[in-house]
Amino acid sequence: MTENSVVVPGELLGDRKGRKLGQGLYLDGENVFSKFVGVPRINDVEMSVVPLAGVYLPYFGDRVIGVIESVEVSGWVVDINCPYSAFLPLSEGVEGFVDTQRTDLTKFFDIDDVIMCVISRVTKNKTVQVSMDDQTARKLVGGVALKVTPSKIPRIIGKAGSMIMMIKEKTKCDIVTGQNGLVWIRGENKAKAIEAIVMIEKESHLSGLTEKIEKMLGE
Amino acid sequence: MGHKSDKKLIVNGKRADGRELDQMRPIEMQIGLVNRANGSALVKFGDTHAIAAAYGPRELMPRHKQEADRGIIRTRYNMAPFSVDDRKAPGSDRRSTELSKVIRLALHPVVFVQDFPKATVDVYIEILQADGSTRVTGINAASLAMAAAGVPMTDLVTACSAGKIDGKLVSDLNGIEDNFGEADLGYAMIPSKNMVTLLQMDGALTKEELVTLLNMAKESCKKIYEMEMKVLKEKYEKALE
Repeated sequence: MTENSVVVPGELLGDRKGRKLGQGLYLDGENVFSKFVGVPRINDVEMSVVPLAGVYLPYFGDRVIGVIESVEVSGWVVDINCPYSAFLPLSEGVEGFVDTQRTDLTKFFDIDDVIMCVISRVTKNKTVQVSMDDQTARKLVGGVALKVTPSKIPRIIGKAGSMIMMIKEKTKCDIVTGQNGLVWIRGENKAKAIEAIVMIEKESHLSGLTEKIEKMLGE
Repeated sequence: MGHKSDKKLIVNGKRADGRELDQMRPIEMQIGLVNRANGSALVKFGDTHAIAAAYGPRELMPRHKQEADRGIIRTRYNMAPFSVDDRKAPGSDRRSTELSKVIRLALHPVVFVQDFPKATVDVYIEILQADGSTRVTGINAASLAMAAAGVPMTDLVTACSAGKIDGKLVSDLNGIEDNFGEADLGYAMIPSKNMVTLLQMDGALTKEELVTLLNMAKESCKKIYEMEMKVLKEKYEKALE
């Protein structure tokens, strides 16, 4: 199995040999099989498959962009672009004491506000909780949120952030990516940035994409 | 099946379309034709063309259908009005309702439904052109579409038909063979686990004939499995280059 080989559902990846199992796998006896079309990541310690397609499913620790769906008595319901809505409790959303009897929670986050948050809890029945207790978590004011295929996010970011840095520099836009497939863009040249991101999503399978995007942004 | 015909279905040991008894029709598979779907596939078995589009896992509405500990799969099999010689009345009918159900039951065992509780995977199968074996062509298309949509699965499902015409056992029936043959069999399996997920038979067969047909169908399914794996890998390996 080479670095860029693709596995399909049901394909045997090998014996477990006491290794830790990451996402995208299932065990049948000692044999490990893939659950998805994806790229296998196998080393002496861990085995996993990175899916190449599919909707976003929430995992603990993922940094996601969410849109406030509704304001509740003790928190907010957040749409995180997956089959399940997440809940942002007041204690995880705002620092310090808030008297819910006297405070209107919309002063912190209102419906349709966009936030960068982190998944703090996912139960077996997919009750999802998010938190603002993270360095990157913040309210994203202004700008637009763009939906892309979640598996294309690493391509948009590029190797060590090279692609996203280039788009930011050339368009002078603020860009934030969420692992759930939402990209938030703010700036005067946002139309150009959106064009670039849509192009990456469409042509992510082509080589020499960085040069093509650079050329497109230079025009 | 069941109609009488004066037409010979096997002449000089070969079938009406020139195939050997155990030969399948030319098979073509394509992935990713429906832009709005999470995954889609077109599968052609000769003149039978089926397109499938898979959506989800996505939020299940109406909410009372949600299961707290697992997701559900919904399938719809539909023949286009222009898919057959005579116009087919559009919309759902007794046959399509039954086929939607058997296709769902054929696909269900491979899906990790516990991975997406309270959600659904919707699979729509449209038969664009019908020349026999539409349900098995639909199952192959649906299986590919679900894999392309990133639905967690234990394996792909492969399906094919087999039957008896002019007293001979054959694989992959076309429209005439299906209509005028003596028996036909729809078969779907999970190849890596050697498990059968669909087995339907119409007509009369002896026990020995049934066993032979099952073995023929199994062999055909294994060939289809290789093709399904190849088309999926080619599509995504290209994406990684």
